[in-house]
Amino acid sequence: MTFKLAASPHSHQRRTTQQVMRWVYLALIPGVMTLIYFFGWGVIWQLLLAIATAWTAEALCMMLRGRPVESAWRDHTALVTAVLLAISIPGFAPWWIIVIGTAFSIIIVKHVYGGVGQNIFNPAMAGYVVLLISFPVQMTSWPLPVQLSQVDLSFLDSAVLIFTGYTPSGYDIEQLRMGADGMTMATPLDSLRTALNHQLTIDEALQQPIFGSFAGLGWQWVNAAFLLGGLVLLKVRVISWHIPVGMLLGLAVPAALAWLFSPDQSVSPVLHLFSGATMLGAFFIATDPVTAATSKRGRLYFGLLIGFLVFAIRTWGGYPDAVAFAVLLANMTVPIIDKYTQPVVYGHGGRT
Amino acid sequence: MNYKEITWQGLWENNPALVQLLGLCPLLAVTATVTNALGLGLATLLVLIGSNITVSLVREWVPKEIRIPVFVMVIATFVTVIQLLMNAYVYGLYQSLGIFIPLIVTNCAIIGRAEAFASKNPWRRSAYDGLMMGLGFTLVLVVLGGIREVLGNGTLFDGAELLLGDWAAALRIELFAVDYPLLLAILPPGAFIAMGFIIAIKNAIDHYREQRATKPAKEVTRVRVTAQ
Repeated sequence: MTFKLAASPHSHQRRTTQQVMRWVYLALIPGVMTLIYFFGWGVIWQLLLAIATAWTAEALCMMLRGRPVESAWRDHTALVTAVLLAISIPGFAPWWIIVIGTAFSIIIVKHVYGGVGQNIFNPAMAGYVVLLISFPVQMTSWPLPVQLSQVDLSFLDSAVLIFTGYTPSGYDIEQLRMGADGMTMATPLDSLRTALNHQLTIDEALQQPIFGSFAGLGWQWVNAAFLLGGLVLLKVRVISWHIPVGMLLGLAVPAALAWLFSPDQSVSPVLHLFSGATMLGAFFIATDPVTAATSKRGRLYFGLLIGFLVFAIRTWGGYPDAVAFAVLLANMTVPIIDKYTQPVVYGHGGRT
Repeated sequence: MNYKEITWQGLWENNPALVQLLGLCPLLAVTATVTNALGLGLATLLVLIGSNITVSLVREWVPKEIRIPVFVMVIATFVTVIQLLMNAYVYGLYQSLGIFIPLIVTNCAIIGRAEAFASKNPWRRSAYDGLMMGLGFTLVLVVLGGIREVLGNGTLFDGAELLLGDWAAALRIELFAVDYPLLLAILPPGAFIAMGFIIAIKNAIDHYREQRATKPAKEVTRVRVTAQ
């Protein structure tokens, strides 16, 4: 009988990074399909541009750092960053927007800090915030949902619009965003904010055609689809429940309190949960294992903090949506969360 | 410390902006264009020379216990002089630099030199040290301003006439036309990111020089004399 000596670690992660990342983008498929259905083919072109840029940037960085290029391509983390960024930006944004954003995410946010597993900020969200701060006009020009749009863009028309700024029939992005009455329409969260600033009640604001049965037209189903994908990730245990539940609670509880106290001036919790990037953020962005807190309790607090920050920025801040800012701010607090939620090693301290 | 050493210390080895990381507040706040950066750099340079000379001359009479307030008073005097001069002769630049001219008083690089060098050395060397430290600071400001102006606006030396007179309007170079400026480069975060890269490049150059300086020791190969 032989005794085999095995070096630690003795317990193994069941999946490699590559497998985890593959699950993540498989679970993104329903959300992306819904996004394409409601907001046009531009999303596909943004995805292609983002992936091409991410792979080029990743290869460039690995070569500069003298590391094997193939290993970086194989773990798919750059791909997930690219996909998350591409679906966060408006579908018909000019091509250089996504190229600058993805290059910044990969080169500066990821590789300058040391590559996979070393970055302190979520690369996709840092890239998004750079774009939002640098190019506010392009980054807030969300196309109308197809039901309201006056112009139907084919797959190739979308490409022409993204690369030249005009469709083959001569419309620019501003004209495409006009509704039947010739008024440019904002996103649901944006128009709610404007309406509240104009002393309208929420019920009056919800009369606008941009709203659907329970949240923004189109946006409600996009969020529902991301929720579906997120539940799949939970089911296959790629992510644990702590961050998504924390974030949704952190957003819904303050929203519900505000709504109960003044239903005329507060956005209802359902509207909060199914608007903007809430579900995408809760299940796909905040759950990034590198930049989130480490322990389970820590992750719950991390999620709660993001949710509350989203509520706070949406309600009192200067921007209509807040997931990116909330995630980055919470990333900064991770060292403190980790310090105070470090699990007690068995036999050392703790309650006796 | 001889003059060559002081030059090397001020411009590279002990550069106030890149190594001591002093005076970062004006460094990051006003370097959106080369003109602003050069203006603030020159103002800081003049204050630094003046304060270094004065501190060095009075160093025998200032009691140790109250030296810091005395240094601050000296620096504040020179800053006021510079501020009034700028108000008189380069009014446009004076307005675009705004609060950052009076804030030179709080620039740690200046009081740092007064404390570390001028209060211990004769006045000629102190003046030269002020000049070199000021030049090192100005150089970094200008490089940073250049990077941010090119990335943000696609221009160089925009508004140079505010600092150098009307002829300098011809210095303006438009490298490329931007429809949408990269606001990040002009806003403070861009300054932090660009500054990080400049420091990284400096460290990389130092690392490279160090490696070249220390040649690999000669390998001594011994002849085996014993039988195996």
